[in-house]
Amino acid sequence: MQPSNTTPVSQGREYPAGGLAFPHRDLTGIGQLARHEILYLLDEAEQWFALNRQSQKRAGLLSGLTIINAFFENSTRTLLSFEIAGKRLGADVVNMHAATSSVKKGETLIDTAITLNAMRADAIVIRHASSGAVRLIAGKVDCPVLNAGDGQHEHPTQGLLDALSIRHALHLPPGSDLNGLNVTICGDILHSRVARSNILSLTALGANVRVCAPPALMPAEIEAMGVSVFHDFDAALKGANVVMMLRLQQERMQGQFIPSPREYRHLYGLTLDRLARAEPDALVMHPGPMNRGIEIDSQVADHPARSLITHQVECGVAIRMACLDVLTRRTRGVPGWAALTGEAA
Amino acid sequence: MIPRPVTITGGRLVVPHGAPQPGAIRLVEGRIAALGNVSPEPDDCVIDAAGHLIAPGLVDLGVFAVDKPAFHFGGITRAALMPDQGPPLDHPARVRFAALSGKPDMWIHPLAAATRGLEGVELAELALMRDAGARAVATGRRWIDDSGVMLRLLSYCAMLGLVVVTHAEDAGVAGTAVATAGEMATRLGLPSAPAAAEALAVARDIALAELSGAQLHFRQVTTARALDLVRAAKARGIRVTAGVTPAHFMLSDLELANFRTFSRMSPPLRQDADRRAVVDAIADGTIDVIASGHDPRGPEDKRLPFADAEPGMAGAETLLPLTLTLVRDGRIDLARAFDLVAGAPARLLRVDAGVLRIGAEADIAVVDPHRPWVVSSDKMAASAGNTPFDRRPVEGRVTALFKGGMQIGQK
Repeated sequence: MQPSNTTPVSQGREYPAGGLAFPHRDLTGIGQLARHEILYLLDEAEQWFALNRQSQKRAGLLSGLTIINAFFENSTRTLLSFEIAGKRLGADVVNMHAATSSVKKGETLIDTAITLNAMRADAIVIRHASSGAVRLIAGKVDCPVLNAGDGQHEHPTQGLLDALSIRHALHLPPGSDLNGLNVTICGDILHSRVARSNILSLTALGANVRVCAPPALMPAEIEAMGVSVFHDFDAALKGANVVMMLRLQQERMQGQFIPSPREYRHLYGLTLDRLARAEPDALVMHPGPMNRGIEIDSQVADHPARSLITHQVECGVAIRMACLDVLTRRTRGVPGWAALTGEAA
Repeated sequence: MIPRPVTITGGRLVVPHGAPQPGAIRLVEGRIAALGNVSPEPDDCVIDAAGHLIAPGLVDLGVFAVDKPAFHFGGITRAALMPDQGPPLDHPARVRFAALSGKPDMWIHPLAAATRGLEGVELAELALMRDAGARAVATGRRWIDDSGVMLRLLSYCAMLGLVVVTHAEDAGVAGTAVATAGEMATRLGLPSAPAAAEALAVARDIALAELSGAQLHFRQVTTARALDLVRAAKARGIRVTAGVTPAHFMLSDLELANFRTFSRMSPPLRQDADRRAVVDAIADGTIDVIASGHDPRGPEDKRLPFADAEPGMAGAETLLPLTLTLVRDGRIDLARAFDLVAGAPARLLRVDAGVLRIGAEADIAVVDPHRPWVVSSDKMAASAGNTPFDRRPVEGRVTALFKGGMQIGQK
């Protein structure tokens, strides 16, 4: 078992010393992070990835700390992943589901946040259907806030876990970036916070990111985020080292954005045939849950050598453990992690 | 009560054209009795303007709340109240009540709801509301998306001699957008619509105005392409006018950074090229009116995630100083500035105000155009401090205000 308050493992690599390696109270988005801060979180996750593969998975680092998972939007996987991450670090984890909370009774988001704060949480993990909601709450509470997805804005732990998964699949050692890698992200870019966080993390790590979607699902001026824009999936696949498929929400396939699911599959479904247009050893990713037979075929999703989908889930727990550890170091008084002064976001 | 005659001396009179003229003004029985080279009569209350501007009281075309302290701070003596009230101003009795709600020291000119419940389907009782005191008709915060309804509305209002004030955003294209499509909305993940939603609405409504012969006022035109359409329509002699609020000539969508809900506007803030086009359109006369769009909103409406927050700003206090920035930048002269905020809106509302003229209502603002102050969201006269101009230093402050010859704030 890991004793609490040890010196973090990343220290000594080329990161700024102590708390300077991650001078943020909250993690509201990848957009707030510098390249070395992204790498720091990825490297920190490696120890937890290793721990999670042992039979004894418990570390006592966060023993005595309370983490609230406040999910204002339904989620199974992300909530479970955060819950497991917190528990493996020894924290007391409480889940708040919007469906059973006072949010349904008309309480405002801010009042809910103030209430959670008064319960003296040591970290709050938030998912909300509105872009910017997590930042709004972060401004009203005294503890670190982790964004588990806010509207169509960001889902930073997904951006981190995807980068870690790619690094593992390519057998790159800690500290490595993804320089020169061609990554194609295909699907509903417009409504996807996963796409935005991945664009930010992958471009920061040096990858060439292409986004592919029909015009109605492509956000305006996304080129400004440093990506190239494709509408033709085959063209977007040419030369791709990684193909990241996004989930298409059923309600967007009923004629509003896409004429039908089968028409979507016709243009943007990742089949084995289509995957052959990418690089020979191209990796396949999907944030889940998948619409099998629509955006991705089962032969691709379950491909033993090419699909990273279950590895993504595994990395998710490790990344969330790393984030919870790093964000609570100031509370726990880890040496070198003095309280932040000035702007803490 | 008949007030004592007032003579304001030692000021500079803001006249309809050209530079302000040194002089004085005499107010008798609620009207302007003399101006220019005027001396006070023996029993007059004499006020020294100390070299400041003697200007018409502002006429604010399109406010959402009756907020007297904010209006008086901003030098506004008349405001056209949007029909978007709870319940909407779609009934003669409510119009009559609204018309009296500011008296005596503030005149509210109600804008009648164009359609029942502002739903955009059935015409409201426009003639009855006109005769109950409505000065014009407005579609409210929304665009009427049924072109047939809009055409019938315009034809009817042409007959009644009422100006139609409309919101210009194509409803289908705008959808649930809260931002203008572009890099900012994309980075923030906010529902957005292309700026062309405005030009689409303006193009249709110009065509319908031409067909019906109605006089149409676009309350806010905020994009280059829509302004081009207005400019061309005016050149063809179509009876259209355009307005804007300071938000759209001062700010761009960069203000949305950090999801600042005080910058949530309807229509949404545009990209900077459009902002510059608005300034050009004010300078070349395409835009006729600058209004505050005053819409005070407390935390229950604004302290929310961006897309869930209500649009609108508390703008009454900053209307004049922000308009004066255009004078300081040399884009317009003082006479035109006051035409934008007083003269033109008064003409559209057909009220005898907005200009210094013998016989007109004595609605007078004494303005120190160079007095510096800092906008502060938590120290506003308005009923809420939702200003996107928080902490901005501005110049120009009303030092005395008269409504109907009575000084406001003086017993």
